[in-house]
Amino acid sequence: MAELNTGDSGGKKGSKKVRSKKQNSTVDLTAMVDLAFLLITFFMLTTSLSKPQSMDLGLPDKDDDPTKNKDVKVDENRTMTVLLGDDNKMMYYMGLLATPKVAPKNIAYGKEGIRKELLKQKQGVIQYTGNKDKGLIVIIKPSKKSNYRNLIDILDEMAIVDVPTYAIVNDYSPEERKLIGEGGADSTTPAATETAAP
Amino acid sequence: MANVKMSKKATSIDMTAMCDVAFLLLTFFILTATAKQPEPLPVDTPASTVQTKLPETDLATITVGKGNVFFDLKGKEVRKRTLELMGQKYGVTFTEEEASRFALMEGFGVPIQNLKSVIAMTSSERNRAGVQSSIPKDSLDNQLADWIQNARLSNIEVNDKELQIAIKGDAKEEYPAIKKVMDILQDQKINSFNLVTGLRGKDF
Repeated sequence: MAELNTGDSGGKKGSKKVRSKKQNSTVDLTAMVDLAFLLITFFMLTTSLSKPQSMDLGLPDKDDDPTKNKDVKVDENRTMTVLLGDDNKMMYYMGLLATPKVAPKNIAYGKEGIRKELLKQKQGVIQYTGNKDKGLIVIIKPSKKSNYRNLIDILDEMAIVDVPTYAIVNDYSPEERKLIGEGGADSTTPAATETAAP
Repeated sequence: MANVKMSKKATSIDMTAMCDVAFLLLTFFILTATAKQPEPLPVDTPASTVQTKLPETDLATITVGKGNVFFDLKGKEVRKRTLELMGQKYGVTFTEEEASRFALMEGFGVPIQNLKSVIAMTSSERNRAGVQSSIPKDSLDNQLADWIQNARLSNIEVNDKELQIAIKGDAKEEYPAIKKVMDILQDQKINSFNLVTGLRGKDF
């Protein structure tokens, strides 16, 4: 520690006075250095952390002319459909809804919920196709009641689990709508917009 | 007596050099840090583990919160040119002074007819709640689409680069509102954009 200078205590002895004068020129820098480093840390962290993160999302071309929208046929055994409902609920099924490989069931977001299932199905699909390039296809269907956080959460899961292909699809079949508990049929949903992850 | 003094001195270090370095670094960080811009529409972005950073330039940010849409654009020259193009389209003329004030403004969310009065306000007045509502985005009066279109044109003109679009949505925003913005983008054949998210821990 640098000495704190309080001048000479008494100055009783003449010989000590010379030494005390020397000491007078030192200042205690500890507090100053502490403060300086505190501020450095603050500015360092705020400059690098304040940059917002972002998630890339690519959507395929959308053509107004419905005849130009080609339907892509995929093996139903590879597809997993995730329905995002209201109140942070989520439901998924594998295969076709009429003849599901895994029947529709509710599942939670996060590590213990959807991620486990995604990892399991990802393995399963690769085993089934026997081809590394033909992996799991996840179809994400956000309902009207789902919020933006749900969408980001599920896209984040896709990034974590590294699902090779996923798509955001906006059209609901009546059965799916019933499953997710969204009453009222409206057909305002436009043609499917699909996302092919790189 | 002398012995005691010696042992006291041994614990002291000369901190002058350390202090110098610390303050040098401090000065550097203060000067390089950019002050946080006040946001007219504060939103709580959802967190994600994705680590990609947003680009610093050639970026337009569309903020969506509580059903309202705000638009922000990076780059002074691009902003000026965009305002000019928008003015031409909607028959509103902006003076040179208004254009330069607009270039320094943060994001805004008013119909272009009211933009003049917003430009005239001070920064704190602008950010008061209720002053700015939203950029019209319905099919009858789709000003958001025009803003995006003109911003892209201006960015190509000024910087010779394609404009990147970022969507900054509130976590509680319902999906249709986000989808509406995505549809507007897709109508202009923008199929790739960034979703602004917060930071989430690795062990999520």
